Amino acid sequence: MNNSLLVVVLASGVAYGTPLLYGALGELLAERSGVLNLGVEGMMLVGAVMGFWTVQRLHADTGISLAAAIGVAALAGTAMAAIHAFLVITLRASQIVSGLALTIFAGAAGLSSYLGNDLNLADNPARHSFNAVFPASMQRWPVVGPILFGQNVLVYASWACVLAVSLYLSRTRLGLNVRAVGEAPASADAMGINVTAYRYAHTLAGGAFAGIAGATFTLAITPQWVSGITGGAGWIAIALVIFAFWRPALCLVGAYFFGALQALSPQLQARQIHLGPTELWTNSLPYVMTVVVLVFVSASGARRRLGAPASLGLPYVREER
Amino acid sequence: MRIERRLRQPRWLFVAVPAGSLVFAFFASGLVLLATGHDAVSSYRQIVDAAFLNSGALGQTLTQATPLAFTGLAAAAAFRMRLFNIGAEGQLFMGAIAADAAGLFLGGHGWPTAVVIFAMVVAGCAGGAAWALIPGLLRAFFKTNEIITSLMLNYVAAYVLTYLIFNTQSYWRETKGFNASVFPTSKTLPDVAFWPSATLHARGGIALPLGAGIAVLVALLLWFLYTRTRFGFEAQVLGDSPRAARYAGMRTRRKILAVMAISGAVAGIGGASQVGDFSHTLDADPNGLQKQYYGYTGIVVAALARYNPLACVVVAFLIGALQNAGNTLQGADFPSGLVGVMQGIILFSALGGELLVRYRVRVGRTLPAAEAEAA
Repeated sequence: MNNSLLVVVLASGVAYGTPLLYGALGELLAERSGVLNLGVEGMMLVGAVMGFWTVQRLHADTGISLAAAIGVAALAGTAMAAIHAFLVITLRASQIVSGLALTIFAGAAGLSSYLGNDLNLADNPARHSFNAVFPASMQRWPVVGPILFGQNVLVYASWACVLAVSLYLSRTRLGLNVRAVGEAPASADAMGINVTAYRYAHTLAGGAFAGIAGATFTLAITPQWVSGITGGAGWIAIALVIFAFWRPALCLVGAYFFGALQALSPQLQARQIHLGPTELWTNSLPYVMTVVVLVFVSASGARRRLGAPASLGLPYVREER
Repeated sequence: MRIERRLRQPRWLFVAVPAGSLVFAFFASGLVLLATGHDAVSSYRQIVDAAFLNSGALGQTLTQATPLAFTGLAAAAAFRMRLFNIGAEGQLFMGAIAADAAGLFLGGHGWPTAVVIFAMVVAGCAGGAAWALIPGLLRAFFKTNEIITSLMLNYVAAYVLTYLIFNTQSYWRETKGFNASVFPTSKTLPDVAFWPSATLHARGGIALPLGAGIAVLVALLLWFLYTRTRFGFEAQVLGDSPRAARYAGMRTRRKILAVMAISGAVAGIGGASQVGDFSHTLDADPNGLQKQYYGYTGIVVAALARYNPLACVVVAFLIGALQNAGNTLQGADFPSGLVGVMQGIILFSALGGELLVRYRVRVGRTLPAAEAEAA
């Protein structure tokens, strides 16, 4: 039963969905403060390569080196986000072009690939990687075993992050201020909220999440470094934020949906199931479904009512209200 | 220190700021090189040699610059209307697929070269435009964010390209001969479908590919379209202020579709030129055309050219030189990826420099007379 297609796809869907979830949560924080960051793919890749580098070079116990790797990945993502934050918040550059620039700078043909080559990281498996937390006997429980108890600690931590971000935005003074900054920066400014500081902080936090998302690839899903390993996950994470109407809990649902789509292709090919041009549609499925889902979300209209921050993508200049 | 909006933007800034960004970017990239333990000065000397001075280098630079001119123009055509088509990568693949089919079919049936080449260009346009119209239609009718949809379709186009050669016995795939039974390859175009090139310097191996000529022609056409016609004016207004455009009675949907189609068509000719000028096959190797990232680099070209079509050609030549140097030098003391880093830094500098075009940074508190009057 646990080997049935559905259970396997759902279980690996949770695993594949985890980086999407981290990336989407980070992007959600940045967007809620009014900063659109299209550089998620680039930040993820730099986090992925730096996390992997830490594990390969640090001589320490499994637990310590993995924790250090996650920390380094988060820092690397933050550093990338800092470039974007400086350009769009301080220098008032176009958020769209700056985000694209960040992906070109850090992405599959840029810094992440440069670091991977310069530090000789390719062609070696990770020395440590995240493994399932619960004992094998629990993982054999029907259906829930592989899906809920067969995951690594990053998956469980991501659930805690969803809860934390959700409570932060809806139940704390700081979270309320963030939403004010994203919706009406001029009013927030008049209330004495430091718009610039809030935007910087949340853009950087978004980078940290993206860095962790990248490390999920190189330390848990496929514990190795390959240039461009994320394969567009950063972009799917950005789409997820729209799909989730800027709500953390819905990000979780969407992430596992897209994760399951990504898991489907290798499973169908492994089981020799052929339906028409199988290699074509199974590989393209996550990307095509992203487009389809976006169309449904945008066609349902009233994006504003559904949660798009009103000042998303607009620079805030106090003198030019 | 104060930052204030410029009332008038002096023309010389439009040249000075991109040029300054390039200089700044070279220093910043040098810091990256030093930080990772490379000798920046010798790396730069190698880049200049590999891009311009070595024998055959200029020809290689032209080879790299040609597709970048097309993808740069494609990005510029769309970005001017704030329509962020970042799908030039996929549109280029689709243009290549369509042009290759046209070349194989008409060339195989013995049509004269001129007709075959013309058909390939048209097919490339059609392939690219059709692929770009998917995000275009979704944007026009459902207000779907074109950034994400056009990008997602890049991955799909790459899978289509791979599928045609690797996973099926398609029209494009070579099925006869020994090589084809060992490794999947695409058919080679018949000789009549090879695009000619003008030899500029026979001993130096410098030839101007037909595609480069077409790129210049396209740049002139786009420049005329955007600066001298009503179409271009309306596109500009729609980009600057969609609401004003709607009140003035401009047709938003139609313009979105037209601009996306033009953008995709230009990228598609880039694909046709890849097939006709350079590879003469459909390059589906995952480490070939797909690793050049021409579509994404086109965004760098367009942004640095400040979306001016004529400037795109010049910038494409410079970025093409960088790309060529990157391909040639790739190795231990020139890790691949460095070129992308440099392109990213160039783009960041250009974006930061934009502040100086739109605003002036003033030290001190006195308000000059001219602006005091205007206020």
